[in-house]
Amino acid sequence: MAQTSTIARGGGESSAPARRRSPKAPRRGRGLPDWAVPYAFLLPGLLVIAVLLLYPLYQMIDMSFHKVGLRQIRPNPQPAEFVGLQNYTDVFKSELFWTSLRNTVVFAAVTVALTLLLGTLVGLLLHRLGKKMSTFLVIGIMAAWATPPTATAMIWKWLFDSDAGVANWMLNQLPDWLSNALFGRSDWSGQPWLNDAITIYTVLVVAVVWASFPFIAVSVLAGLKAIPSELYEAARVDGSSPFRTFRKITFPLLKPIFSVLLVLSIIWDFKVFTHLYVLAGGTTNRDAFNLPIWAYTEAFSAPPKMGFGAAISVVLTVIMLIITAVYVRQIVRTEEL
Amino acid sequence: MNPQSTKRIKAGGLNAAAIVIFLFAVFPVYWMVATAFKPNDEIFTTRFIPFPLAPTMEHVSRVLTKGVAGHSIWQYLFNSAVVALGTVLIGAIFALLAATAVARFRFRFRTSFLILLLVVQMVPAEALTIPLFLMIKRLGMYDQLVGLIILNMGFTLPFAIWMLRTFVAAVPKELEEAAAIDGASRFVTFWKVLFPLVAPGLVATSIFSFITAWNEFVFALTLINDQGKYTMPVALQYFSSQRSTDWGGIMAASTLMTIPVIVFFLFVQRRMVSGLVAGAVKG
Repeated sequence: MAQTSTIARGGGESSAPARRRSPKAPRRGRGLPDWAVPYAFLLPGLLVIAVLLLYPLYQMIDMSFHKVGLRQIRPNPQPAEFVGLQNYTDVFKSELFWTSLRNTVVFAAVTVALTLLLGTLVGLLLHRLGKKMSTFLVIGIMAAWATPPTATAMIWKWLFDSDAGVANWMLNQLPDWLSNALFGRSDWSGQPWLNDAITIYTVLVVAVVWASFPFIAVSVLAGLKAIPSELYEAARVDGSSPFRTFRKITFPLLKPIFSVLLVLSIIWDFKVFTHLYVLAGGTTNRDAFNLPIWAYTEAFSAPPKMGFGAAISVVLTVIMLIITAVYVRQIVRTEEL
Repeated sequence: MNPQSTKRIKAGGLNAAAIVIFLFAVFPVYWMVATAFKPNDEIFTTRFIPFPLAPTMEHVSRVLTKGVAGHSIWQYLFNSAVVALGTVLIGAIFALLAATAVARFRFRFRTSFLILLLVVQMVPAEALTIPLFLMIKRLGMYDQLVGLIILNMGFTLPFAIWMLRTFVAAVPKELEEAAAIDGASRFVTFWKVLFPLVAPGLVATSIFSFITAWNEFVFALTLINDQGKYTMPVALQYFSSQRSTDWGGIMAASTLMTIPVIVFFLFVQRRMVSGLVAGAVKG
């Protein structure tokens, strides 16, 4: 690729293709000097990011080493007491840490796997359907995708209502032998799904998969459309089975998309808050906590333990950033920034 | 069996699968709307009633006139709209400036800035709630919609810049050069040449930010205490009490808050996919 360095003002960091030539714009006597223009354009956005994302990130880490409570939140706050690693040892000593971590990780693993599997299958299906049927299905899955998270959670809460929920009615419609074989029971009347952690998470998995598979499907479809059809024709001539074709052609070509989708899904499902908060009915059910909700509860319910909450958040963020590193590397590698 | 009919069976199978998935995707949304129009005796029953047998506006009108938690639903919709529009207006200007810088100029730290944009998108907003809460409180913006606007803007901006830069890059540079040669000032070039051509992209980006701010829950939950300033997602929580839940009301209110999102979503769905998957999708 041709490199032009004439335009890299103030530095040699140009990866521009030749066509991205910057004009030697005629200097007009007023305004900023040319070299300063991009920085001036960047400044407001950069400032917002620094103040609202980077500084709080620093503060969160700083707070995690302090005892921050009611006295520090009130007007005329008193300085917070430095407690070193105390908050972290408290986090790791807490039983809630291990249940929250388990809930977070198991939920994310199950949900990511199901979302990717279903999303990919639907993407492949969309690609093979006729035009009319494909549009019909895209519009359908878009309804699920577009529904706001709070509304999504409310809908599923209602579908799984113990008395009037459709889920219990449907399970009751299963032939008794089948229901018995699958679940070891045939009567689902009044099954209270949202009382206990395991069943709350069952509903949560269904709700989140429902809300997020459409994005995967549409992304996979976009990737499939970009694969030249000659490859498939060649595979067909060679008598390759559909599964083999997928493994040898589709999957390798879509691999960059899959890795990005995988990371995005992990990130979304690791920090699921809204859906869980609504389904579990707030922050009272400790067994159902995941890391974000636990951190939130420690920080905001009385008595506020913000330093402790911050330490939980730091642990969560570290887990997320490790995953993020993979994602960023992927993007930097595949796209000319 | 001849190949023709095998093909037909295959197509039939695919269509059948499509219909099953369509139903899975649409049924919950349908059920929300259907419940909103059912009378209470059709809602609170263990029977399955596929559609409102005696459709009623009871819940919709109750929600619209009496509201919830002592305030009119219009108040909550209005608050949500203020937050979402405020986020969009300020955010769009900042995003356009930054996107132009990134797409139009080569400068030092350009790549670093792009990587920064990616990384900050991965920072969980939920994790930053605690320091942001303290910051907003110290700035005297607790319990004020403007605090929500500022936070939402911060969290939608990185993606907005990321999305908008492709639109700016798509505008041929020659147009700006021609304007510059004709003696137009930098501002005039920007305003008269670049801006109209980027407008569709700006609309798409703005809709994305609007939807994000409209749906936002955690900040609204944390930073607003005054019920009159709740946004829709938070207000939705107050349809249920310890003893009973007003499902007709919740579903009516959920439908109300979903309508604008679905409408807007139709416009930006494609851009969101390419924006989020970024360079991984070529072609």
